[in-house]
Amino acid sequence: MYDSASLVSGIRKGDPRSIARSITLVEREDPARLAVLKAINADIGHAHIVGITGPPGSGKSTLTDKLLKELRSRGRRVAVAAIDPSSPFTGGAILGDRIRMQRHADDDGVFIRSLATRGHLGGLSRATTETVRIFDAAGFDDIIIETVGVGQSEVDIVRLADTVVLVSVPGLGDDIQAIKAGVMEIGDVFCVNKADRDGSERVIREIRAMLEAAVMNGAATRFSALYQALDQLKAVDRTEGQSSPRASSSGLFDQGAAHHIARQPPGHDALEIPAVIPTTAETGDGVSRLVDEIKAHEAALVATGFLRLRRHENLSWELGNALADRVLRRLEGEDRKIELADLASAVLDKRKDFYEALGILEGSLAG
Amino acid sequence: MERKIRVLVAKPGLDGHDRGAKVIARALRDAGMEVIYTGLRQTPEQVVNAAIQEDVDVIAMSILSGAHNHLFPRVMDLLKEKKIDDVLVVGGGVIPDDDIPGLKAAGIAEVFTPGTPTTTTIEFIRNNLKRKV
Ligand code: B12
Ligand SMILES: Nc1nc2c(ncn2[C@@H]2O[C@H](COP(=O)(O)OP(=O)(O)O)[C@@H](O)[C@H]2O)c(=O)[nH]1
Ligand SMILES: [Mg+2]
Repeated sequence: MYDSASLVSGIRKGDPRSIARSITLVEREDPARLAVLKAINADIGHAHIVGITGPPGSGKSTLTDKLLKELRSRGRRVAVAAIDPSSPFTGGAILGDRIRMQRHADDDGVFIRSLATRGHLGGLSRATTETVRIFDAAGFDDIIIETVGVGQSEVDIVRLADTVVLVSVPGLGDDIQAIKAGVMEIGDVFCVNKADRDGSERVIREIRAMLEAAVMNGAATRFSALYQALDQLKAVDRTEGQSSPRASSSGLFDQGAAHHIARQPPGHDALEIPAVIPTTAETGDGVSRLVDEIKAHEAALVATGFLRLRRHENLSWELGNALADRVLRRLEGEDRKIELADLASAVLDKRKDFYEALGILEGSLAG
Repeated sequence: MERKIRVLVAKPGLDGHDRGAKVIARALRDAGMEVIYTGLRQTPEQVVNAAIQEDVDVIAMSILSGAHNHLFPRVMDLLKEKKIDDVLVVGGGVIPDDDIPGLKAAGIAEVFTPGTPTTTTIEFIRNNLKRKV
């Protein structure tokens, strides 16, 4: 009953078992997944892909639970991929994110899948990208990815999500330094959770200051270019005395623009940084505003054409990465190890020069 | 192809005793399995839906409250309703010996009571999976 044709038609109908079984094929890197992914290729690209990242214990799972609630109340179907680490010693894992979201288990507009990293570094599991594609083809409107949450090494999520929410919390002490180092490269939307705790206002101020400094120094951020493009759109709008159809239909100018804090330091052009939103995931306070901000970001991506641009960049990266993966795997075979050893001897004995040996290896990998 | 045994550790009913479930969850993780824990106070429907979404090989339920004769068979009924026949279901907790044959007749593959070494459970799971590894 689980041939690829029935899995594909199941996915298209949103059948939970077909979705779940297909994700398992992806996780096992089963060759059978290829036919499924090929067949659903035409169905994907409609969902808004949202990454939730931040240190362990910052409340990502609790926040995701509340995001689910808010998005469901707005009539959206939502899928979650929640990633937790595998033990490097036993390969086992306790995937605990679901506990906080389990109240949604009865809601057929919600699908939650826990994924173990299985040795993959970078904050996601190897299967995450293809899991997202399956969710997308199944017609979910929003797809939330909760990363492992190990700070600076969380690089994968920016290659997968349209909108990355960076969750910070008060009371992390030195850890905030780790977040600071990568903060402007990673986040599109900034959230300070556990706003019920002492020190949250200070964290909000610190993050704002970091974002402002990043913009003034011209550092690489995920938002600067987007905001410039938005400003240009708005300028066109003003001169033409009407809203551009894409921007107005997305509600961009009703809500999106209001969420950016514009400040004008003396001698500088207007400085725009994302709003930093306090939330208390435990109670749900601030979550509705966070969803507004996430959706305003999506609207901005759509209006400026950045959505396609970003997905295009991500796919280029993924293609390159997948190729590198394949090459690495081909180096693992026993025959290849012998060939490598032989070529190394040849270089060592000066029968061949290094690049000659490399060329031979390249040739036989391609063959 | 990497193949991991995935297990849903579930606490159906209003029973708040979670030590045993956590002991089992850790033991299975240490045996190399991927364990999804549902947390407390689950309805049978929630257990079955989570098992489907997580595509687990095993559902492992823990009950110490005495409600096992009602909750375990209810989960089996739901699985049958949804035509799921390839998931191994085991149970454990404070369960009188007299109740065990009835639970097995309902489809619970094995019941592990206090004092059972976790290695016994691990071995049982490995040897009785319904989906090929
Ligand atoms: C500790 C304990 C508590 C703690 C629980 C703390 C916690 N967070 O878990 C507290 C004090 C809160 C508590 C409260 C109550 N308790 Co109490 N509690 C116990 C006690 C003494 C030990 C349970 C325990 O933690 N054992 C240690 C763990 C590791 O062992 P375990 O759970 O049995 O698990 C092992 C095996 O059973 C098996 N296993 C268990 N689950 C699973 C699942 C799978 C899949 C597998 C493979 C194996 C497996 O493997 C485990 C490891 O070997 C038992 C008595 C007893 N000796 O069992 C009573 C007991 C369970 N409690 C009982 C009662 C009545 C209550 C209360 C109703 C008391 C009251 N009137 O308020 C409340 C109810 C609480 C609630 N909300 O549900 C009764 C239940 C009677 C019944 N079944 O008919 C018992 C049996 C005591 C008795 N003899 O009367 N309790
Ligand atoms: N005080 C407070 N605690 C919270 C809040 N959000 C989450 N927590 C708690 O923080 C802990 C970690 O939450 P979790 O969602 O598992 O964090 P994750 O590791 O980032 O997914 C849990 O004990 C939560 O109850 C909040 O807004 N305020
Ligand atoms: Mg979490």
